[in-house]
Amino acid sequence: MAAERMAMAKALNSSLRKALESDPKVLVMGEDVGKLGGVFRITDGLQKDFGEDRVIDTPLAESGIIGTAIGLALRGYRPIAEIQFDGFVYPAYDQIVTQLAKMHARSLGKVKLPVVVRIPFGGGIGAVEHHSESPEALFAHVAGLKIVAPGNPADAYWMLQQAIECDDPVIFFEPKARYWDKGEVDTAGIPGPLHAAKVVRPGTDLTLVAYGPTVKTALAAAVAAEEDGVSLEVIDLRSVSPIDFDTLQWSVEKTGRLVVAHEAPVFFGAGAEVAARITERCFYHLQAPVLRVGGFHAPYPPARLEEEYLPGLDRVLECVDRALAY
Amino acid sequence: MTVERTAPRAKPRRAATKKTTTAAARKRPPRPEMVQLLTPEGERVEHPDYALETTPGQLRGLYRDMVLTRRFDAEATALERGGERGRGPSLRGQEAAEIGSGRAVRDVDYVFPTSGEHGVAWCRGVEPTLLLGMFRGVNHGGWDPNSNNFHLYTIVIGSQALHATGYAMGVAKDGSDSAVVAYFGDGASSQGDVAEAFTFAAVYNAPVVFFCQNNQWAISEPTERQSRVPLYQRAAGYGFPGVRVDGNDVLAVLAVTRAAAEHVRTGQGPMLVEAYTYRMGAHTTSDDPTRYRRDEELEVWEAKDPILRLRRCLEREDAADEAFFADLERESDTMARRVREAIRTMPDPDGMAIFEHTYADGHTLVDEERAGYAAYLAGFADHGAGHGHEGV
Repeated sequence: MAAERMAMAKALNSSLRKALESDPKVLVMGEDVGKLGGVFRITDGLQKDFGEDRVIDTPLAESGIIGTAIGLALRGYRPIAEIQFDGFVYPAYDQIVTQLAKMHARSLGKVKLPVVVRIPFGGGIGAVEHHSESPEALFAHVAGLKIVAPGNPADAYWMLQQAIECDDPVIFFEPKARYWDKGEVDTAGIPGPLHAAKVVRPGTDLTLVAYGPTVKTALAAAVAAEEDGVSLEVIDLRSVSPIDFDTLQWSVEKTGRLVVAHEAPVFFGAGAEVAARITERCFYHLQAPVLRVGGFHAPYPPARLEEEYLPGLDRVLECVDRALAY
Repeated sequence: MTVERTAPRAKPRRAATKKTTTAAARKRPPRPEMVQLLTPEGERVEHPDYALETTPGQLRGLYRDMVLTRRFDAEATALERGGERGRGPSLRGQEAAEIGSGRAVRDVDYVFPTSGEHGVAWCRGVEPTLLLGMFRGVNHGGWDPNSNNFHLYTIVIGSQALHATGYAMGVAKDGSDSAVVAYFGDGASSQGDVAEAFTFAAVYNAPVVFFCQNNQWAISEPTERQSRVPLYQRAAGYGFPGVRVDGNDVLAVLAVTRAAAEHVRTGQGPMLVEAYTYRMGAHTTSDDPTRYRRDEELEVWEAKDPILRLRRCLEREDAADEAFFADLERESDTMARRVREAIRTMPDPDGMAIFEHTYADGHTLVDEERAGYAAYLAGFADHGAGHGHEGV
């Protein structure tokens, strides 16, 4: 099959289908993933085609989902667990941090846990509390986990394939506000490395880094900046652990300026790590301090205020202006 | 003796008689009874649901297992007091629960221990000295779980109940007839993960035996601080059988666990076994039981000592002679020497081992940090000041 235009939701669904088809050890499990096809319909039709034994509706217990996924992985399965919403993952946090992340090391390499934890994340959908969070930094701080977040349908398809094939546990953050955005997906193509960042728009004046839902915002910012005669280089980070600092360094050595945009709170966020490392690597190339734009140090606000909280086009551009003003 | 209402049938076919038993059970006083096949005096008693045929050789084998387990535990504790290892739990008093259950399962079954199932590890054939690596501080678990179907020790309380349940779900998917055993304690029964494991195991009909060693104390907290009902009765609420067994009676534990394993591996879903026992020592060497429990309580349980009980049985049934006991004492001394020697000579891992096994498929940050630390160490070597890292 050649390239096809599809929404990210469809790309993820196709990717899961491909994995279930090609490896009998792959399982999909989570709340409402079976008959309903998941609350976002990402697993739509999979149970019908692969059976209740492989696409498993679980009890409503997140720790139980991850804990049993670990047990299934110990038995030789490759479970893909869905956490229904970002803010529902915390009951499973202990199993993820204490067991999933550490069992490979604990066993001195004898045990592998190829578990993928899919989490729809981020805001902008007008939801009630706990449905719009960006908890990736809470996981990135934990050795033993890999954390990725696709920003477009093609990456969603391929990065999920690669996450499932990976022998390490991968937390797979899906930008739920981008589920219905369409893009070209070439399912016959050859993907780049899972943890490589991608330059999605070349530029010369400033490097703007984003991942997940903010990639679209960053691209829009680059278009707007171009009208003002400013050339932004947009990099889709794609992976939060590990982070592809080589690509960032290469870009910043060229532009001399760096802004990081994410929906997660700026404080102790992925942007802080990027700022520290790039300052270290590119100290003599930087013409401005690395700036960050993102969520505030406040609980995610009620839906009527989320546009204020999220790093939208205007706030990103304001941050870019500040970096350029140095 | 009648059986508890939620107790399983050793032979499912006998379920036809269940109705009358249930009615009778309802009339009985609420005080739960335990399955017992051997009194504290070493006398055999019969149980309608749990018969156990034993040869003198098997009895001696169980006795040997328990004596060596207690000796291993004592030696490990002594090494801890001597500063040769860090803190770890003591299982003294629980040898029957460990050995009875450990000998009830087959090689193809899979065991998920807590962090102190040394007796079960012994039954699974795990080299005893490997168990001490984590307490010595040279690793977090030094054995291959798949070589003996004995998972690594899990320190965070109750987490392994879910791993066992997931593993058992996989066993069922594979169409295998393996049984899975999840060990946990009375304290862990309060953990959400144990409750979730009960839920998952029940709704998926997973072949897992939940083996709870109720040793009466979760460090300083009595079982009454964990539950208002006897723990085995928790199973009923989840829709699977639970049974309480005298955890200081190795024969009863063997018979009940064997029946429970048979129950789960024949597709009848999970089962809970509560082994009612007692932690005779301190939880760890940093614990001080005199602060929370009375000496009289210990005396009561010392009279029910699992090893003493089987010794009385062996003597009563003329199943072992003096030479057996003398030989066993020598074997025990030899093992203790070997453990002492092994732990004292256990080498510290190389410093660079920190960077091994964080990921199976690698991670660029780990690579960067490994290289950075190696360069840092090499700096010392260049200046001839090794700080113990020469040659790195």
